[in-house]
Amino acid sequence: MSWFKRKKEGITTSTKEKKETPEGLWHKCVNCKTLHTQQDFEKNTYVCNRCSHHERIGSEEYFKIIFDDNSFVELDVKMTSADPLQFSDTKKYTDRVQSTIKSTGLNDAIRTAQGKINGIDLVVACMDFSFIGGSLGSVMGEKISRAIDQSLKTNSAFMIISKSGGARMMEAGFSLMQMAKVSGKLGLLSEKKIPYISYLTDPTTGGVTASFAMLGDLNIAEPNALIGFAGPRVVKETIGRDLPEGFQKSEFLLEHGFIDYIVDRTELKEKLSHTLKLFQS
Amino acid sequence: MSTYLDFETPIKELEDKIQQAKNIGEETKVEMKDKIAELEKKLNEKTKEIFKGLTPWQRVQMSRHPDRPYTLAYINAITNNTFQEYHGDRNVKDDKAMVGGFGLVKDKTVMFIGQQKGINTKMRQYRNFGMPNPEGYRKALRLMKLAEKFNKPIVTFIDTPGAFCGLEAEERGQGEAIARNIYEMMRLKVPVICIIIGEGASGGALGIGVGDKVVMLENTWYSVISPESCSSILWRSWDFKEKAADALKLTSEDMKKNQLVDDVLKEPINGAHRNHEEMFETVKEYISKSIESLEKIQQDKRISQRIDKFCSMGVWNE
Ligand SMILES: [Zn+2]
Repeated sequence: MSWFKRKKEGITTSTKEKKETPEGLWHKCVNCKTLHTQQDFEKNTYVCNRCSHHERIGSEEYFKIIFDDNSFVELDVKMTSADPLQFSDTKKYTDRVQSTIKSTGLNDAIRTAQGKINGIDLVVACMDFSFIGGSLGSVMGEKISRAIDQSLKTNSAFMIISKSGGARMMEAGFSLMQMAKVSGKLGLLSEKKIPYISYLTDPTTGGVTASFAMLGDLNIAEPNALIGFAGPRVVKETIGRDLPEGFQKSEFLLEHGFIDYIVDRTELKEKLSHTLKLFQS
Repeated sequence: MSTYLDFETPIKELEDKIQQAKNIGEETKVEMKDKIAELEKKLNEKTKEIFKGLTPWQRVQMSRHPDRPYTLAYINAITNNTFQEYHGDRNVKDDKAMVGGFGLVKDKTVMFIGQQKGINTKMRQYRNFGMPNPEGYRKALRLMKLAEKFNKPIVTFIDTPGAFCGLEAEERGQGEAIARNIYEMMRLKVPVICIIIGEGASGGALGIGVGDKVVMLENTWYSVISPESCSSILWRSWDFKEKAADALKLTSEDMKKNQLVDDVLKEPINGAHRNHEEMFETVKEYISKSIESLEKIQQDKRISQRIDKFCSMGVWNE
């Protein structure tokens, strides 16, 4: 574990959305089709400045947005999935993990790090949806648990950025129990009166919603994010009719009382550090 | 009228033959004793043979057997009909898929909570097939807190194909309700025993499944997803449920082996559904023994042991 600065420029959009032009790389908003230069788009925290569409991003980008000078210590970088059940569906689980590590450059669906946000100590656990749908397995459970330990040890605020389809089926019973494991750890954090902020982003469903994502001292969300226990397809099949407009979106959850506030990603750093200041002062 | 699963057919055939022999004996006064004894010996052997080698999928079928006892049957038998049911989450409504209340086990008050399935078509609807809404989980939590306040141990019976996935369930925060229960159960000051008596499907099961002792009856399943849903998602077809049941390692034997549950309770030789009384007795003994041993542990230690147990679950490389 050592402090370091990330120098690498974050390049996040897939190649098909990027266009080589004389001025450099361009990004086309998937919602309103507006073109932005990659540089402007990054500066605007990957949010379209015309329609406010929030592009899905990963841990690298979130860390850059949140941590002062993009400076942080990453925890447990090398942890990877084992295969406790020797699971195999149409593909062996171990092969699936290996090929995902190769294609994403990530070791699992979560990265944990400690740094400062406008001078305030913060430990962040951030999911990467590109890694098997941000699924919750043993690695995610253990990495979050250790990140909480780090919060406890250094008396730093704690935050989880959720972006997950839910539990990782290939770890079956083990993945289910991670919901209990992290919830148990959160209780210890609560005892020490260390604030836990749950930031829900698009999408957050299944076992992640049914455990730590809903257990923040404050639950906050990105605009227009899909957040639910069951996915919309399952709900639609269950009730046998179409779902109302905006169902299971952040604004819907805010109206029903499950979210404290919605924050634009462009304002995340300022609002979040203000919140933490209010807890501290 | 009993129901027989496909792999139970040889048992039904032998049982029918025994009944026939008895009938003939009565009608014709012909001595059938030897014939019946022979058939009963065969039946015994066949029963042992069939239930010794059940596949994971067959265990899933057993866990859903329509003649299996459900939560209230256990509670009423174990409490010798001293059980008093309490209703409502004090907020939205009373969820019929979740039941709970106090009852006596050997003169000691215990809080019982569990998902309840219906025993016939009409009741299955009424109980929403054992799939609770958020208010079911909130009723459960309310009753757990009540038990904690009056220092009574808690026993939960888990038997659900999953938490309900309806529109109102989402509006009222199914995810939050389950999450809150998991969080709060971890820190309850009284002993908590969770028993999977049928189906233990995912978060819907875990929502009343955090305890000092988490045990499975022999022919039950407990996992993150049902084999059918797993098949449809990972194999993109409903036809691989047997394979999925194998892959998920969801049987009591495998869950114990992986240290994800604490104990497995033996069922009667031909399954809980063929001998309710024997099953009730086993469960009752387990409950009273466990309460006795858990109450000897100091409260703080019991809670930290519970947390440590769940925190040690998981396998990874580093
Ligand atoms: Zn746009």
